[in-house]
Amino acid sequence: MIEAININKSFGKLQVLNDISFSSGVGECIALIGPNGCGKTTLIKCLLGMVVPDSGGFRFKGEDIAKGWAYRSLIGYMPQIGRYPENMKIGQVMDMLTDIRQKHDGLDEDLIGAFQLKKLYNKRMGTLSGGTMQKVSASIAFLFRPEVLILDEPTAGLDPIASEILKEKILVEKQNGKLFLITSHILSELDDLVSHIVYMQDGHIIFYKAIDALKTEVGETKLAKAVAHFMNNTTS
Amino acid sequence: MIKIVKYILLDILRNKIVLAYTLFLLAISFTVFSLEDSVQKGLLSLLNLILFIVPLVNIIFSTIYIYNSSEFIELLLSQPIKRRSIWLSLFIGLASALSISFLIGAGIPVILYCSSATGLMMVLMGVLISIIFVSIAMLATVKTRDKAKGIGVAIMLWLYFSLVFDGLVLFLLFQFADYPLEQPMIGLTAFNPLDLGRIMILLKMDVSALMGYTGAIFKDFFGTQKGLALSIFVMLLWICLPLLFSLRKFNRKDL
Repeated sequence: MIEAININKSFGKLQVLNDISFSSGVGECIALIGPNGCGKTTLIKCLLGMVVPDSGGFRFKGEDIAKGWAYRSLIGYMPQIGRYPENMKIGQVMDMLTDIRQKHDGLDEDLIGAFQLKKLYNKRMGTLSGGTMQKVSASIAFLFRPEVLILDEPTAGLDPIASEILKEKILVEKQNGKLFLITSHILSELDDLVSHIVYMQDGHIIFYKAIDALKTEVGETKLAKAVAHFMNNTTS
Repeated sequence: MIKIVKYILLDILRNKIVLAYTLFLLAISFTVFSLEDSVQKGLLSLLNLILFIVPLVNIIFSTIYIYNSSEFIELLLSQPIKRRSIWLSLFIGLASALSISFLIGAGIPVILYCSSATGLMMVLMGVLISIIFVSIAMLATVKTRDKAKGIGVAIMLWLYFSLVFDGLVLFLLFQFADYPLEQPMIGLTAFNPLDLGRIMILLKMDVSALMGYTGAIFKDFFGTQKGLALSIFVMLLWICLPLLFSLRKFNRKDL
């Protein structure tokens, strides 16, 4: 469904993405992991068309995304740090997005209900705490029932209850056959969610493996240990 | 795209600075007209004030507004919307909001006191200059990432168009005083929309005799239908070219 073909991107002298290629299909739940500054967020932004790659590009359902924009209606994106117009209220942002997407029926308001956001609809975005902002971002990502969900550090800043709600939601939608792309540093919470692991370092993809294959390969049952084992072996 | 324009326009019109700008224009227009005993003199004073204030407010407000809506742009970019629509909506929103303020603030008093061809020309030039400086602001913001630097660039551009350019022209005139410069002067005015606007209005006022021989040449050229059409065309170019360059840059910008 999503295909990356030889993506290169550099900011000035710094090569952030170096010849990235992979492809992933329906129903996969991919964890994108790697040290800080290895290019995870840049890769995601390339997929969304917010960063234009120097060469190569993404294909979404076989179509080159550089030419299209309509494909973004099938993507729900939850950014690492949500940035919203400060003087708009939560409710206004939601209304504006439904208005722009022209989709008023069949909205998925599960998360809005679970996070009890309706009570906060009159609060301005500029006054929200980091956690509430994350809740709004998550609700917007799921709101339009997209086929692909991209979550950039989804549980960073969320309290334990909220992150549990979000994880439940991810599991439910995974059963519905949606493609997930999640970045996170907390490997233990990815354990029961993801089906594939992409490990990036210095703009390269070190490996792209199904999680079961990875675990049997290194003989560990916990994801964190399996990845650590793999990293030790590749560096030494 | 119309929907995005609607949201931007509502946001700008709610902004207190635009309201203050409108009231300020209203205040100076009415003051100038009631101070001077002849309408022509009032119009001339107002012309100089407008050519000073309108570009300054437009370029600075647009620059700051675009920088402040970076969150809005980012939010929209992850939605199924073309980049071009986002950028053009910003332009249309800013240009129409500031033109409306100008029409209310300066247009209404001018029409009330002096609804002659001169008055109408002044309103037309004011609106065109408003839009030109929004367009220039868009180019300045897309080229510089840093907000403080961008605002600095905007101020420098304003200084260039309202002061430095005239200084350069004077310098040229004195350096080449022995040569006939009247014809090249017409070409030079095309490089500054403010000068072009000023000349168009002054010619309508029949005070071109004050500008000497050059004034006669100007009258000969800009006074005709062809000259008028050409100068409006040049002003439209001043709107379109910076906008197109900024659009091309924005389409490849990383956010």
